Amino acid sequence: MTDQESRDREHARARAEREATHGSDTPDDYANADPNGVGPIPSSSALTTPDPADATISGSGVGAFGGRGKVRIGDKVFRYLTAGAGMFVCILITLVAVFLLAKAIPSIANDKVNFFTSRTWLVSGSTLQFGIVDLLWTTVLSSVFAMLLAVPVAIGIALFITQYAPRQLARPVAFVVDLLAAIPSIVYGVFGITVFAPKLHGIIDFLNRYLGWIPLFKKQISDPGTVFAGGIILAIMILPIITAIAREVFERTPRENVEAAWALGATRWEMVRLSVLPYGKPGVISGAMLGLGRALGETIAITLILVAPPSGAPFSPSLFYGGETFASKIANAAAEFNNPTQTGAYIAAGLVLFVLTFAVNAAARIVVNRRREFS
Amino acid sequence: MTAAAPTTLAGSSKGGVRAFKNTLATVLVTAAFGIALIPLVWLLWTVLSKGLKTITQSGWWTSSQRNITYRKPGGGVWHAILGTAEQVLLCTLISVPIALLVGIYLIEYGGGRLAKLTSFMVDILTGIPSIVAALFIYAVFITTFHGQRAGIYVSLALVMLMVPVIVRTTEEMLKLVPNELREASYALGVPKWKTIVKIVVPTAFSGIVTGIMLGIARVAGETAPLLILVGYSPDTNSNLLSGFQGSLPGMIYAQVPQLGNIRYHYAADRMWGSALTLIIIVMALNLVARLVARRSKVSN
Amino acid sequence: MTERKGLRVQMNRIGIAAGLTLGAVALAACSSSSSKGSDSSTAPAGGSSSSAAATACFSGSLKGEGSTAQKNAIEQWITDYQTKCTGATVNYNATGSGAGVTQFTGKQVDFAGSDSALDPTKGEVAAAQTACGSPAYDLPMVTGPIAVAFKVKGVDKLTLTPSLIAKIFLGKITTWNDPAIAAANSGVTLPATKISVFFRSDASGTTQNFEKYLAAAAPSDYTDTPSKSWTGKVGSGKKGSDGVQQGVSGTDGGIGYMEWSFAQNGNLGVAQVDNGGGAVELTAASAAKAVESAKVTGTGGDLTMKLDYATKAPGAYPLILVTYEIVCSKYADASKGTAVKDFLSYIAGDGQTGLTDLGYAPLPDTIATQVKASIAKIS
Repeated sequence: MTDQESRDREHARARAEREATHGSDTPDDYANADPNGVGPIPSSSALTTPDPADATISGSGVGAFGGRGKVRIGDKVFRYLTAGAGMFVCILITLVAVFLLAKAIPSIANDKVNFFTSRTWLVSGSTLQFGIVDLLWTTVLSSVFAMLLAVPVAIGIALFITQYAPRQLARPVAFVVDLLAAIPSIVYGVFGITVFAPKLHGIIDFLNRYLGWIPLFKKQISDPGTVFAGGIILAIMILPIITAIAREVFERTPRENVEAAWALGATRWEMVRLSVLPYGKPGVISGAMLGLGRALGETIAITLILVAPPSGAPFSPSLFYGGETFASKIANAAAEFNNPTQTGAYIAAGLVLFVLTFAVNAAARIVVNRRREFS
Repeated sequence: MTAAAPTTLAGSSKGGVRAFKNTLATVLVTAAFGIALIPLVWLLWTVLSKGLKTITQSGWWTSSQRNITYRKPGGGVWHAILGTAEQVLLCTLISVPIALLVGIYLIEYGGGRLAKLTSFMVDILTGIPSIVAALFIYAVFITTFHGQRAGIYVSLALVMLMVPVIVRTTEEMLKLVPNELREASYALGVPKWKTIVKIVVPTAFSGIVTGIMLGIARVAGETAPLLILVGYSPDTNSNLLSGFQGSLPGMIYAQVPQLGNIRYHYAADRMWGSALTLIIIVMALNLVARLVARRSKVSN
Repeated sequence: MTERKGLRVQMNRIGIAAGLTLGAVALAACSSSSSKGSDSSTAPAGGSSSSAAATACFSGSLKGEGSTAQKNAIEQWITDYQTKCTGATVNYNATGSGAGVTQFTGKQVDFAGSDSALDPTKGEVAAAQTACGSPAYDLPMVTGPIAVAFKVKGVDKLTLTPSLIAKIFLGKITTWNDPAIAAANSGVTLPATKISVFFRSDASGTTQNFEKYLAAAAPSDYTDTPSKSWTGKVGSGKKGSDGVQQGVSGTDGGIGYMEWSFAQNGNLGVAQVDNGGGAVELTAASAAKAVESAKVTGTGGDLTMKLDYATKAPGAYPLILVTYEIVCSKYADASKGTAVKDFLSYIAGDGQTGLTDLGYAPLPDTIATQVKASIAKIS
């Protein structure tokens, strides 16, 4: 028998005793009971194997909701309340979209080069010339690179904490990862450019020597402010988000699933693969998407780290090159936003980021929704 | 948790390939953790070692940066703590109810057209960069309604960043509440809304608290809205409704230009000190929240 | 007091030892502060009784926003003023000149700091007049020399002509031992190191003034239209002068433009500039001299200045920017008018001393007199 089960037994006993002493409570008390009263139910095996204590509860519970009409009103109100909150979010986003479109369209209309395919960005002169190809590439490259680094590591850490590590170790590890979420992004930026990035020269040279024939790994600049460095820092930034959610969902793997795997004589890895991972997959994907959203839109850290190539520099797909993301482009110009058409060009970049995030999330939703059903 | 699980048995009673795979997985998981630990510890150590001597200075927690420049030592962080606490508190008070309701709506009442739409909208919200959120709030409240920039608008911009984090986490946690629980509750004649409020949400409570903490951590260190919507003040200003206001990210940002200064190191010290202060505060909150969550989860 | 001054001279000596010829700076700092008897930077509370009595104190609060180039100066002014006037609070948000003007015309702040005067062609003058209900004044308050800072192993003294600066920053000269550089630097051994150019990736008045200088002093080499974003085709863009400073100090062969204080505080070499009248070292005095050759083009109380970047005046360091405070001539709220007037009076008076150590040059007396006259008209 596991610790968990024995604890559950204890709760059940304790509750039975409580029921016995407070048996004369008015039925209304159940409705107003604090969450503690219901807390043990989820983890308790009492639901599958009926328990006298629960019988007591249900006895008083049924009595509590005699007035059915009243209940329906409560249901309606609550439903409208939640739907209202949903509507609020929809309206908010619509407003943001209207704002972005209203600001961006006049500038895009005046754009003298193709907005989607041009690499030029000259908005200070009398004619507007701006295109987003470079921004799109740097944004996607840095974020995807960060995801590739962070997601496997986050899953590893979450598994380590929930399935592998002894409790004494799991707690401090979880704490350290949580600490990372609390570090402001500007500090990541400062750490990244002054402390971390200059130490990467060895790795970059190594990768360049053996993989330099792949354009992605061709060393282009000696400055430490590369997409490579930026991507790693982004990975560290999103790690706590993904880990926290993965940890929560892994911890909630139903005991029956885990024990069924053990009963089949599975090794620990097989148990994880058969019960924990499939169960936690949608949650992990959700966490990863939150992380990706953060990485795509990260502003200040990336602005501090990435070195901006001069205008007109040849395109380079390399990780070992600088660049500007949508967010850093906007941040770099925000101080001088005093001309609506010029500002519109940057807002247009924000709009593309908006659409990009939407597309990525929509794709993830489709993956997640394939298995929507509850446990 | 599953201390009794017999790893040693795997080697003796199970096939060699399976045992090998198991060992490999153990090694990989441990390695992932080990690799991750390097930058984590490095970063935390950097902040800790550079910030510790500043936050232990006398007056750090109680005074402001009034009349302090990069060439002068001393001063404190109180004005910034106050500003950040007010802005984040207001933001949390607005965000949590909205986000919880949205999360509940999506999971418990989901399936309809509005729910699908909302779900997409939340996705988009996760991707709005802070600077765009700030420009939006500026356009609405300051350009259109001619408001004077103030801390309250920062809170509103932060709401846009915090809501999707909490909604997404709440959704995941509610999904994991076993359906049997809901069904058992309905079977007892408990109406749906009461089932949600009294059973579903409390069951997922610790996960939701994680989401709220992630949300707070996400917004507490956010810089861009501060620059656009309020302006940093080194003086103590407790008024969310008017005037420039100090804040921890704002204070960090104000020190950054002097980081490369070889002659005066005070600004660099203050930057690491305020970063460490922010981390300590968010962590303290996190601990308290987790304690509360655990209390309510495991009753005695 | 004298002990403190001694310390400062010593600090500057360390600078000399490190390869910077800041002797003149130290002397200038000494002579300017000795006449006032108080150094605002090191002993703000101990101001002499005469200057403290002369400071008019408002009570309440003022908000300003704008140029990052004047951040260090205005923070010092605010600190000193608030020390003298404990009832006053002035906040300055250093977000950039453009943001400052936008917030000023949007009635978000009481005054703006900007590296360029309000531009009538962009409608800024009209917008400011609408916001104020009265004409707005551009008041030059401090000169910020722009340093061409470099880090080249074995080189601590470098002279550049406008044409050389343009060619280096546009990538037409790529190594330090290029014959063109050598010709302007006889007696200096230049290595074959590659030149690494650093520029500002964020929009900035510093970039704009640097480009204006190149356009005026090296028109055949620099043909772009000056703007707030760097448009050169080589080099690496870094956020902020601190980013450029980090870039240059971390790269052998690095060169970049930045506000003087960043070159001083980062211990970087500063090139002497030869506009045709001989090589001029960057000092407070040489920068102030260049401002003297500038013309005031503003009318009424407005003091918009036109700098003569191509000046060949001997001893004048031509690569400078003048940063303004933009204020209303008449505030709707009379108490704001008094507050702005009191604070600016302090800046234009006692505030002008002690700027050298912060990397600025004070206004020449002729300009300062005009500024004071304009401030007197504010209500």
